[in-house]
Amino acid sequence: MRALTEHRLAGVLAMAAIIAVLPLFFPSAYYYRVAALVFVFALAAVGLNLLMGLAGQVSLGHAGFMGIGAYAVAIGPTHLGVPSWLSFVIGAALAALTAFVVGRPILRLKGHYLAVATLGFGLLLAIVFTNEARWTGGPDGMSVPRLLVFGLPVRGADTWYWITAAGFLIGAALANNLIDSPTGRALAAIHDSEVAARVLGVDAARKKLAVFVISAVYASAAGSLFALLNGHITPDVSGFLRSIELVAMVVLGGMGSVAGSLVGAALLVVLPQTLTALHDYEHMVLGLVVMAVMIFLRAGIVPTLAGALAARRA
Amino acid sequence: MTLLRTEHLSIAFGGVRALDDVSLEVAAGVVFSIIGPNGAGKTTLFNLISGLYAPNAGGVRLAGEDVTGLAPEALARRGLSRTFQNLQIFFRMTALDNVMVGRHRHETTGICADLFHLPAVARQNRATRAAAMEALERVGLAAAAGRRAASLSYGGLKRLEMARALASEPKLVLLDEPAAGCNAVETAEIEAIIRGLTREGLTVVLVEHDMRLVMNVSDRIHVLANGRTLAEGTAAEVRANAAVIEAYLGLGGAQEAVAG
Repeated sequence: MRALTEHRLAGVLAMAAIIAVLPLFFPSAYYYRVAALVFVFALAAVGLNLLMGLAGQVSLGHAGFMGIGAYAVAIGPTHLGVPSWLSFVIGAALAALTAFVVGRPILRLKGHYLAVATLGFGLLLAIVFTNEARWTGGPDGMSVPRLLVFGLPVRGADTWYWITAAGFLIGAALANNLIDSPTGRALAAIHDSEVAARVLGVDAARKKLAVFVISAVYASAAGSLFALLNGHITPDVSGFLRSIELVAMVVLGGMGSVAGSLVGAALLVVLPQTLTALHDYEHMVLGLVVMAVMIFLRAGIVPTLAGALAARRA
Repeated sequence: MTLLRTEHLSIAFGGVRALDDVSLEVAAGVVFSIIGPNGAGKTTLFNLISGLYAPNAGGVRLAGEDVTGLAPEALARRGLSRTFQNLQIFFRMTALDNVMVGRHRHETTGICADLFHLPAVARQNRATRAAAMEALERVGLAAAAGRRAASLSYGGLKRLEMARALASEPKLVLLDEPAAGCNAVETAEIEAIIRGLTREGLTVVLVEHDMRLVMNVSDRIHVLANGRTLAEGTAAEVRANAAVIEAYLGLGGAQEAVAG
């Protein structure tokens, strides 16, 4: 049992089990839809968590990469006749390429400077999606053709629940693999002391670029799923607020915790839905909850609770 | 055989000459100490040798190869490792994980293999863990392997940095004040570790303020003051050098020492 709970993928298996039984408690299709949104954002958050929580590099422009994935599955089938699944792959490749080109110069920056540079990058992409109206439909956005599987269109919130859950679990498993590997250790070392990591032979610039590219692919995949699930996208998908939301999910759930990204995403997707009953006070309460979590669970929800549990057991 | 050579190394920070025309030669397999009063430029010299700074003038040769201006990671791959005076520990990790990072240059799996956890990664992790455990045992920290680095004592952290540097299997290791803040027992342990290193053929360059330790372990001692070379020789030669005594004790102290 102990070996099982300490396995690299124990967390992923536990999440898979919860995801498998959760629909038993769903009273309506609406719940499937909200859960699917949680998985989509959790996927993007896991990728960003590899960059922020593991390697310690901040990005305030990650929604830009979500935008690339989202518009790829919209533009590909609509304008170019490329099937959705291939557009998904092309979007991920484009996001990786963009991250590679952009990351080389800006990952030399540290802390606040890196934050501002990534912020600028995100804004730039949002402007491109808004202005290239011929391709993207401009500020009003564009509709996204349905995903076809074996020639049949995917419909129904429950189907999307399973597709997005699978996407998230694959992303979570890969992230856990990376954390428990030579690359993962090197990235964690860069987080704590870049100079010590370099002295031990870690090519910090290259490793940071690699994790930036990986996290961009996560965001792009999440963006594609979001667009396919929604059926319609606007430049908001790549906007500044989205980027901040992703960062908040990572920090609230717990830096470096894959399960934390799911919890953080769930909090920030579900809470606004449940708080709509409060009408005018919705945003105020949401803000207060976020502040309370940060004050009382400083290391993020999952790491703090896991630590408290371990302390009680010891 | 000369393993490390600096040639007329100079560097200035904002007009202050931190290091001025320092040349030294370190033979393979010795303990070579660099001493001097505070601000003499010892750590600056380490930062130049390990590639953290690039010199304004002069150069560094490692095993005959010109390595001036190479990045620290490139030097690490050539077998140079170091510790830091103001600790550079990976505080969020366990002691063992800290030392496992030291094995980085010997790890061969690529990032794709790491992402998909191919069988080679599991093998690599096992080999890295075993080698890191060995390095921890060498500095007497095996019992603390699973503890968070942040929970170790100051002396423990000093030894953890040594284990991490040793795990990379360097030819040359630079130790920056390994005994600072350590009590007599811990200092004796560090002395034993350093002796063990040279027995295995490693070359050690040591910066240290604990003079008993320096005099005990050093084959040669290089004295810096105000960024310049003051003297070099064996422990006995340096101890008897009037200029060295003056630099350490001031003129009055030197006269007293000679008179006493």
